[in-house]
Amino acid sequence: MNSGHLISADNDGKPIWKFLIWELKPRGKWLTPFNIISIPIILLGIFLIVIRFWKGIGSITNLSQEIPWGLWIGFDVVTGVAFAGGAYVVTFMVYILNMKKYQSIVRVTVLNGFLAYLFYAGALLLDLGRPWNVINPIIGNNFGVSSVLFLVAWHFLLYMIAQLIEISPAIAEWLGARRARKILSGMTLAAVIFGITLSTLHQSGLGALFLMAKEKIHPLWYSEFIPIMFFVSSIFAGLSMVIFEGSISGKVFANQISDKNKKAENGIIHGLAKICTGTMFAYFFLQLLVFIHGKHWDLLNTPMGHWFLLEMIGFVLLPMMLYFYSYRKNSVFLIRLASILTMVGIVLNRLNVTVIGFRWDMPVRYVPSWMELVVTFTVLFTEIWIFRWVVNRMPVLRESPNWVKEEKQQQQQPAFGKQHQRA
Amino acid sequence: MDLHRRDFFRFIGATGLTLAVGKELNAAPKAKNDPELRGVLYDAARCKGCRGCEYDCADANGLPEPPPNKEIKGFRKTDDKHRTVVNEFKTSKGIVYAKTQCMHCNEPACAAACLTQAMTKTKDGPVIWRSDKCMGCRYCMVSCPFDIPKFEFHSANPKIEKCTMCYESRLKKGELPACVENCPNEALMFGTRRELIQEARRRMFDKPDLYYDQIYGEREAGGTSWLYISPVPFNEIGLNTKVQTGSYPALTKGFLYTVPSVFVLVPALLLGIQQSTKKENHTNDNGDE
Repeated sequence: MNSGHLISADNDGKPIWKFLIWELKPRGKWLTPFNIISIPIILLGIFLIVIRFWKGIGSITNLSQEIPWGLWIGFDVVTGVAFAGGAYVVTFMVYILNMKKYQSIVRVTVLNGFLAYLFYAGALLLDLGRPWNVINPIIGNNFGVSSVLFLVAWHFLLYMIAQLIEISPAIAEWLGARRARKILSGMTLAAVIFGITLSTLHQSGLGALFLMAKEKIHPLWYSEFIPIMFFVSSIFAGLSMVIFEGSISGKVFANQISDKNKKAENGIIHGLAKICTGTMFAYFFLQLLVFIHGKHWDLLNTPMGHWFLLEMIGFVLLPMMLYFYSYRKNSVFLIRLASILTMVGIVLNRLNVTVIGFRWDMPVRYVPSWMELVVTFTVLFTEIWIFRWVVNRMPVLRESPNWVKEEKQQQQQPAFGKQHQRA
Repeated sequence: MDLHRRDFFRFIGATGLTLAVGKELNAAPKAKNDPELRGVLYDAARCKGCRGCEYDCADANGLPEPPPNKEIKGFRKTDDKHRTVVNEFKTSKGIVYAKTQCMHCNEPACAAACLTQAMTKTKDGPVIWRSDKCMGCRYCMVSCPFDIPKFEFHSANPKIEKCTMCYESRLKKGELPACVENCPNEALMFGTRRELIQEARRRMFDKPDLYYDQIYGEREAGGTSWLYISPVPFNEIGLNTKVQTGSYPALTKGFLYTVPSVFVLVPALLLGIQQSTKKENHTNDNGDE
């Protein structure tokens, strides 16, 4: 009970359990447009999920023996993880390259990434036929080490832990746990380094999953370079998501963001736009090289070829030029537009590899059922609900409580001394 | 000194060699006393399309009885209720029948894909599926070039269905696979893969006019334990001739081999960059956790 006392002292004298129950209560208005749309969809989605576990995956999906993976893998997992790539890029910039300018978006980006992984791993469970065996590759009931999926599964798990450690100081600040905050902050750099390493491997690993489906994927999208493409595109996919999400949070959670950070926002967005331009150029060039080496000129003038050109020109080249143009013109609006186009392009690309281009030659094509869509939206909306709950309570967008700053100033004095001694 | 260095290089060489050929060694027989891979030779020139094997297979594996001839229309595939099907094809040499089932690849894509080794290649040849390991991810289905593993989409406790060469129920007791034992036309022959290839060559040598000059499965997908010979080219009897000749697991080998290097090099690199970009006096006030 001793620790309870300590914590209670930090939260206006409330015991910890009372504090938690109080925090669980919703805040603000109930009948917002988002709630009115999302609540019925989430309820319907939960009902559909019950049916899925009762009657089997085929009862609510249009999957078939030839197309065993559909929207839940292609969109929820493969696309969702690409969008969550912002977390490793931003932590790389802030903690490894020490670009302090981007400090204010670290927490919200990592929180986004963590929740994305949590929910996409959750979506994966819905898609597993025998989910009770999901612990087998973890507890060692036979390690399938030659499997790319084995690597991806382990990386998801480890990366979620790394991200939880990265975000944990915010949780500690929310709970007023000073000692825990100090310990957890000390683990951040290790978690970041580990997290970036894991990300490079599983972002590309999601592409490597499809390497064995050599004849099944349309030749314009299949090449041995899928893993590299997936990795490079995850950089600008994640950053575009950061830009897009920032523009929404900036409005919805405007009261949380300090004036100083509001002013810094433009600089951050322009910086991110520059990085997007660079990586998108590299990505486009890679795609071009692979296309030329693939010698698929004859395929360009087919329906799938037109679709390929639309993806590459309309949703890679165009947003890249838009990013370039808009940061030179200093237009935040155009940058946001570019981020949306880029995100559409990523959705297209991931779906083209995993769903649309997969078995493109089948007489009966896979089209997701409305129930698959509802479940996808359920996952998405639940994630946004949790995100909103956390942002409204923990210092994610807003500044850390004052005691954190005081402690830091105290810490920095002796730290200085040590460094000088070493030098 | 010289000797030491030589020893060192020998050690490095051995390590490098192990790293480079580790996968192949896994797939090849591990010891000299390992059994040879067993398989089945299917001779489309002998098959009369009686579909008896379909009934025997259903019987031996507790699956529902296959549909009678009059209900069959068009090309059929194996599914979660039928591990093997026989199709009729109108070819350049008249009607030819072809049986479809798991090819039992020497280096199966499904087993390489499986993250729990639920799908696994046994030492004697059959590729089998184990329910207590499988988590139902269906990555085996995505990877299999022959589209063989089938999933029970309409079950709360779904299984993967595919031919196991009757491994558990018959092969282990020394019996032949149900389809082979009961084939009235001797279109199916069970044996070691080496013997089957010799037998196939012998038949093609004896009757060169009867057979198309190729053994399907000898090189397809890196070699399979189930082999086909036929009077007509194999694309005429519905076999997948787009399959590459190399092994499928080899396609992900390059990626998987980069994993250890990335795991060692990237953290070291990141830590190096972090140390070198660290400012001497960090007087920012915006958190340095």
